[in-house]
Amino acid sequence: MTTATLNGTTNIALSFSDEQAMLLDSAKSFCGDKSDINAVRSLLKSDSGHNPEVWREMVALGWTGIAIPEQYGGFAMGLGSTVPVIESMGRHLLGTAFITSTLAAQAILRGGSEAQREKWLPKVVEGTVGTMALLDNEDWGAQLCGITATFKGSGSTSEIALSGKKLLVADATVADFFVVSINHNGNPALAIVEASQLSTNAIGPNTLIDETKRAATVEFSGVTISSDALLPHSEQALKDVRLIGALLIAAEATGTSAATLNTIVSYLTSRIQFGRLIGSYQSLKHPTVDILLQMDSSRSLIYHAATLIDEGPVQKDTEIACRMAKAQATETLLFAGDRAVQFHGGMGFTYDCDAMLYIRRAQWAQHQYGDAQHHRLHLARLLLD
Amino acid sequence: MSQDNPSQAEYRAQVAAWMQHNRPADPGFLLPQTFMEVGSERVLEFLREWQHKVWSAGYLGAAWPKKYGGQGMSRDYQRIADEEMKRLQVPICFNVIGLGWAGPLILDNGSDYEKEKYLKGILNADDIWCQGFSEPNHGSDLGSIQTRAERDGDDYLINGSKIWTTMGNYAKYMILLARTDAQAERRYNGLSFFLAPMHRDGITTQPIQKITGEYGFTETFFTDARIPASCIMGEEGQGWRIAMQTLQYERGAEAGAAGGISILSIVMDDLLRMAAEIEREGEPLLQDPVTRDNLVKFMIEEKALQLAEKRTEIPALCRDYPNAIALSGKLRSTEFFRRMRQYALTLQGAQGSLYMGDQDTIGGGFWQRAYLNNFSTTIGGGTSQVQANIIGEHVLGLPKD
Ligand SMILES: Cc1cc2nc3c(=O)[nH]c(=O)nc-3n(C[C@H](O)[C@H](O)[C@H](O)COP(=O)(O)OP(=O)(O)OC[C@H]3O[C@@H](n4cnc5c(N)ncnc54)[C@H](O)[C@@H]3O)c2cc1C
Repeated sequence: MTTATLNGTTNIALSFSDEQAMLLDSAKSFCGDKSDINAVRSLLKSDSGHNPEVWREMVALGWTGIAIPEQYGGFAMGLGSTVPVIESMGRHLLGTAFITSTLAAQAILRGGSEAQREKWLPKVVEGTVGTMALLDNEDWGAQLCGITATFKGSGSTSEIALSGKKLLVADATVADFFVVSINHNGNPALAIVEASQLSTNAIGPNTLIDETKRAATVEFSGVTISSDALLPHSEQALKDVRLIGALLIAAEATGTSAATLNTIVSYLTSRIQFGRLIGSYQSLKHPTVDILLQMDSSRSLIYHAATLIDEGPVQKDTEIACRMAKAQATETLLFAGDRAVQFHGGMGFTYDCDAMLYIRRAQWAQHQYGDAQHHRLHLARLLLD
Repeated sequence: MSQDNPSQAEYRAQVAAWMQHNRPADPGFLLPQTFMEVGSERVLEFLREWQHKVWSAGYLGAAWPKKYGGQGMSRDYQRIADEEMKRLQVPICFNVIGLGWAGPLILDNGSDYEKEKYLKGILNADDIWCQGFSEPNHGSDLGSIQTRAERDGDDYLINGSKIWTTMGNYAKYMILLARTDAQAERRYNGLSFFLAPMHRDGITTQPIQKITGEYGFTETFFTDARIPASCIMGEEGQGWRIAMQTLQYERGAEAGAAGGISILSIVMDDLLRMAAEIEREGEPLLQDPVTRDNLVKFMIEEKALQLAEKRTEIPALCRDYPNAIALSGKLRSTEFFRRMRQYALTLQGAQGSLYMGDQDTIGGGFWQRAYLNNFSTTIGGGTSQVQANIIGEHVLGLPKD
């Protein structure tokens, strides 16, 4: 056996600054305070899925500026620093459009012109909500350019007429602007559409399996945007945002796995059957240990990706890390949520049991920004070819 | 792997150069993949010579005191030497029960006399050590062992039998757990711990053939065997505590080990290299979608294992269950390797049914042997199931079964 490396997985960078550690601590306690399980449940049937007051507080804490450079009014802590915040949000099922808005801002930061950045990024820092409108069908592996763009006129006066719709646009009802993937001469490109440009009834809210989340079908037909709404570096930005999206969802799912594990452990240490605490039965104990180990793997992988990710275009090692994180974290949550229901017995089958929240979140999370199999397919190309 | 400072980087390069230059030539017989497979005199002598050489060069026991045969350097240097040995897949340093368990015990608990007497022989492989914990009727339930040690004048009289004694037939010393008080109210309090000589009347060993067909451990019988009373470590009745301390070293939670690699590291790269050479339906196996998906799953797992170790250095990312990574390392890695090595046989197709000795095996049956041998790690040192209990109870706070 020789020692040459075939598979390019030798990068095991992992670091976490004191600043990030403080952020993690404060995010954990903020989310715990603002989003206990009663608060989560009280929002299940609400339109927006979140408490606007909490959103304002998050903005006031500066979270919306974490990943934005200083010249646009942000705090330049790096995108990696949103991971501890989002993991904490996932831990408490705290809604809001934080993830989607972070992604929309990244799209503009990475793909936008200077004018677009100057226009939009300071607004995002101040709490303006953006979201990504990407999906044309159920397939995250597709090219993402289903919206037809017809160009009219030329030069600075040219306009673009859009026709088509986007599916499962997260937080669409509260979004102030959309970063939309469109068909630009057969290739996907990104364009900014303001909510005010949509026709009435353009947003058709979905009924989601995860009642803590909000998404909608958004009809863009009839919208005309000026050509300077097009992001000049769309291709790289789109690629990056899809990977960043995978990482952020992975971070959120990892937090939710931790919460799921706690819920299981507290039931296993309180419920008695056959005269014994059910946690003493190995058919429950050992899978619960397995959840712990898998959650630990997820956490290692998301912080590895958080360590590598920065402002520049996403490089190969970072892409590997993001994809691994997503594949691991959402499979972990699927397993944890599934076992959480089973281990609560009849109680687990009820709407009242919190396991319901977690198993539904698991189904949602796996399909955001590509499921595990999708990412492994891409990993195989990166690692084996 | 932490970032090396300049002197560490230089040391690393020096170790690597030495290893490459001194790596022994292929002896023409199979070398063990773990220290639990030393099954013949020629293997033993080969490994003894290698360990002696590594020690002479200063790459074993680097962190042990100079007067006991070490180099008196910081642990970082031994870690670096170990990393290089692992990376370069040189032969193992086989005297593991001495290097990893008896040695640290003696360093931590032993008298000057004991340190003088035992430590150097552990490092240079003159004195082979074995461990007498498990018994035919008591393995996972170690607290119930029955081998008796009765005080008789200046001696203890040992009666009973131990089993699965790795290198029992070659060892000069044994770390022995035996019952000195059968009446103790708590069974754990009746146990004592000995640094017992093996070459005594009344001690015999019977080699046991392993699952691979090779040898490596013994059943060890004690019939009125006399060992000096001074061999006891600690006091009578403290054996359980010392045995638990040993298991701590064994599970790698303490960094007292002399170093050296005890198990050949077989990684995903090795599996990919094998897969790259296999064809199915005229295509390299590496193009098969199902195979690719499975390989990537293993690679994710391998990466997570590597990262876990690094994460222990970042307490802020270990707040949920601070001990989780340390206590689960053995379970995670041994189970990962078990599944990964089995998959290697699956990928071999019909050739996977061949075995060492058949001229058509891939790599001389490397993976067949690696898979079967891997059970030594999922059973020895506490089975995976017992590890899961420990994690469930001590990390998650679940009730005992
Ligand atoms: C290669 C090898 C080398 C070894 N070398 C040594 C050595 O040098 N010295 C030494 O003293 N010992 C040695 N051992 C012994 C090893 O420590 C024991 O085999 C091990 O502790 C298991 O004990 P057992 O074999 O009696 O199995 P048992 O304890 O009988 O276990 C049988 C099965 O029951 C399961 N089980 C047992 N208790 C529980 C429980 N509470 N909950 C759930 N499942 C349970 C186990 O996981 C296992 O699957 C070696 C073993 C191997 C395989």
